[in-house]
Amino acid sequence: MSKARTSLSRTAFVHAALIAYTLIAVFPVFLTIINSFKNRNAIFRNPMQVPTPATFDLVGYHTVLGQGDFALYFQNSLIVTIVSIFLVLLFGAMAAFALSEYRFRGNTLMGLYLALGIMIPIRLGTVAILQGMVATGLVNTLTALILVYTAQGLPLAVFILSEFMRTVSDDLKNAGRIDGLSEYSIFFRLVLPLVRPAMATVAVFTMIPIWNDLWFPLILAPGEANKTVTLGSQIFIGQFVTNWNAVLAALSLAILPVLVLYLAFSRQLIRGITSGAVK
Amino acid sequence: MGSLQLKSVRKSFGPVDVLKGIDLDVADGEFVIFVGPSGCGKSTLLRIIAGLDDATSGNILIDGAEVGAVPPARRGIAMVFQSYALYPHLSVKDNMGLGLKQAGAPKAEIEARTKKASSMLSLEKYLDRRPAELSGGQRQRVAIGRAIVREPKLFLFDEPLSNLDAALRVNTRLEIARLHRELKATMIYVTHDQVEAMTLADKIVVLDGGVIQQVGSPMELYNKPANLFVAGFIGSPAMNFIDASRLGRSDATTIGIRPEHMALSRESGEWSGRIVHVEHLGADTIVYLDSDKAGLLTVRLFGEHHYEPDEIVHATANAGQLHRFGVDGKVIR
Repeated sequence: MSKARTSLSRTAFVHAALIAYTLIAVFPVFLTIINSFKNRNAIFRNPMQVPTPATFDLVGYHTVLGQGDFALYFQNSLIVTIVSIFLVLLFGAMAAFALSEYRFRGNTLMGLYLALGIMIPIRLGTVAILQGMVATGLVNTLTALILVYTAQGLPLAVFILSEFMRTVSDDLKNAGRIDGLSEYSIFFRLVLPLVRPAMATVAVFTMIPIWNDLWFPLILAPGEANKTVTLGSQIFIGQFVTNWNAVLAALSLAILPVLVLYLAFSRQLIRGITSGAVK
Repeated sequence: MGSLQLKSVRKSFGPVDVLKGIDLDVADGEFVIFVGPSGCGKSTLLRIIAGLDDATSGNILIDGAEVGAVPPARRGIAMVFQSYALYPHLSVKDNMGLGLKQAGAPKAEIEARTKKASSMLSLEKYLDRRPAELSGGQRQRVAIGRAIVREPKLFLFDEPLSNLDAALRVNTRLEIARLHRELKATMIYVTHDQVEAMTLADKIVVLDGGVIQQVGSPMELYNKPANLFVAGFIGSPAMNFIDASRLGRSDATTIGIRPEHMALSRESGEWSGRIVHVEHLGADTIVYLDSDKAGLLTVRLFGEHHYEPDEIVHATANAGQLHRFGVDGKVIR
């Protein structure tokens, strides 16, 4: 048994599988980045080739940054993503705490109801959401996007965090109660620091779909002042002509902030995923 | 200061009655231990005294004042938990001082009380460490220190030694006994370990099935158990119970005799039987024998004795140390 586990062929197989998966996952990103540094001809003639002195060209980046509004688009995307993550984590953690900590009638039912959103895609409600936003005058604001993304992220957050909060020792919370901490202090000062890995997991799972989303920005906030990066890059994709240099450059730039946020969360993330699996 | 009265305290979780009417008086300065098998309601009772759970009905009085509606922090109690329950992100010092800080005590007082408690428990060296940097025994001492700093009317201990290894358990037990002498505080302690109960308590409360079976000093419980449950629970190895009719006695239903209150002989005696197993513990020798008349008997002999399995021996109960129990399981005196 233990021999089989350490055998060379087995280890090699596992590594081969993991390397293959990594290549498949990283390849599109790699392709996007290398082509963003090439001139138009080189992109089409030799899409797989890394930029050489002859084909190296920053025209894509010049176009993107020269459009001027891209800084604004980035700012919009960051505001929407960060505020949404913050709200999802705050409200998700509070709901999860209530579900895992207090016994009340309909506790399980409430948990299921809050988790239902994982199974029903929020896009099904687009028409109703749009009507609601029109009625409240929120169309073409970042607030509209933040509200929708918060709603979209909450079910998973509540589901994951309530499982985690059940693992926080009751004795610790009770010790806090005896020492005179209020329920809010217990939540913010004892429980939240202990479920930090789970919070990071939720943050990453929430962040990526929000950052990449095209649907809601297109419908709810298409105005120039409120465009997100994903929507902003669309101006380079036309029905007849597509400025591939600019598209690839915009996408390459769009990867950066997510990468930074991911790195910030990833140390916690690994712990979050594995401890979630074991317990 | 530091007396506690429980008046017909009941607790139900849905249809399940966990506590079925508990009446108890604890005097100031007493060390009271709740002992019983798991599920007997002892921890629930402690949580109700602490205010972490509400009683379904009944009254709890600390120093004569009803505390049923008072939150835990203002009951004048401190609790030590089985899992230590230290705040992982605070230093030892802050762990001990948090309760006072929340209550708005001046800094100098917090400092002084923390210092006093840490010197009592020899924790001075560790004051700036985090709980993760301490061993299990040290963590439990910090937890006890946190309780001392609050200078409570009542100390509540919820199986504080269960997570410690055997050697540390004995040390910490001695420490708790010493603290009780020094602080002269009222302590209520929950355990399932009867050795802890016998060695620490002024008064033991034996619980089973949500009912108090008997209250008394350790020796009262040992010498005069009120019923079959207490007789079987207190004392190790457990008391032998013999069906009285097999012995031809009509004055009781069950006869009880402690293993250490019997003599063993190779020549003659009351009950003869074949030895099933012998345990040599050095100070004691425990002999299990299958007797024709009395069934399986445990005999505890002091010192070393050389008996072998399958030997035929004769056991005799010491006169005057038999316990008689009636049909209802209660003792007949």
